[in-house]
Amino acid sequence: MWRGEFDVMPHSEHDTTEASPGRPIEFEDVVRPHLEYLYSLGVRLCGNRTVAQDLVQDVLLRAFRGFARLRNRERPRLWLTRILTRCHHDRFRSEHEADETLSLNDDSRFDLFDKITEEDPFPYSDRVHLDFLELFDDVRIIEVLRRLHPAYRTALILAYVYGYKAREIAEITGTSVGTVLARLFRGRKQLERELWEYAQGQNLIARQEVQV
Amino acid sequence: MIGCKEAVSRLYAYLDRHLGRVPEAEVEEHLKLCRHCCGELEFAKQVRGALRRHSSVHEITPEVRTQVEAFVKDLKKDRGKRL
Repeated sequence: MWRGEFDVMPHSEHDTTEASPGRPIEFEDVVRPHLEYLYSLGVRLCGNRTVAQDLVQDVLLRAFRGFARLRNRERPRLWLTRILTRCHHDRFRSEHEADETLSLNDDSRFDLFDKITEEDPFPYSDRVHLDFLELFDDVRIIEVLRRLHPAYRTALILAYVYGYKAREIAEITGTSVGTVLARLFRGRKQLERELWEYAQGQNLIARQEVQV
Repeated sequence: MIGCKEAVSRLYAYLDRHLGRVPEAEVEEHLKLCRHCCGELEFAKQVRGALRRHSSVHEITPEVRTQVEAFVKDLKKDRGKRL
């Protein structure tokens, strides 16, 4: 069991700010409960703890300046997540602006489950698919995520790590639900290929002869 | 009945409950009969689980937390003008 694998709580349970009676809600009170969340989301998106800290500070500055507009909002976590994805976009503009479909190649036909079955990288195992995924610890997962187009990375992380619905991801990233669903689909395919290529590139599994 | 190729292409959407009633029922019907696709479904769940792996790498350290909290206090003091 991976430590703390199940400690990522559904985001909505945290998405309230309680005001003490008779006192206006302070910026600090709104953001403090979300600092851990913003930082871990930042680490996942940037793949680097130092950059994640800078990113969180970008978010806090921008959030502070826009705080007046939050006063009537009920979901500060969603608001902060939207600011974070925007700050990430600005910080990694050229990466974001790369054509997201270019990285696909023939990914849409790649099926990791079948690939593992065919190549059988653990010939003595009867749980070969699970063995393959267990090669990927927290640090390797971050490295693989770094190889994805940021639009795909963002969609996958928001959906599968934090449990946001496609409609919420559309709101966070300022796109349509259709775009989010397409990014999740292509992102999963790119993720499957990158998991395989990472495992081969790092010699985690035996390299197969290329068959023509 | 839908084939494996179609079923596999819908598996994550099925897990995410993004499918309509009819496409979802078609996937369920397929999964009742196809062991291969049941394996694919289980694997899809495990891949999602792998993304959720959480460790100290993702956790803010006390030092960083102190710095970030100081940053928030400074924002208030300077009304965000200095930066």
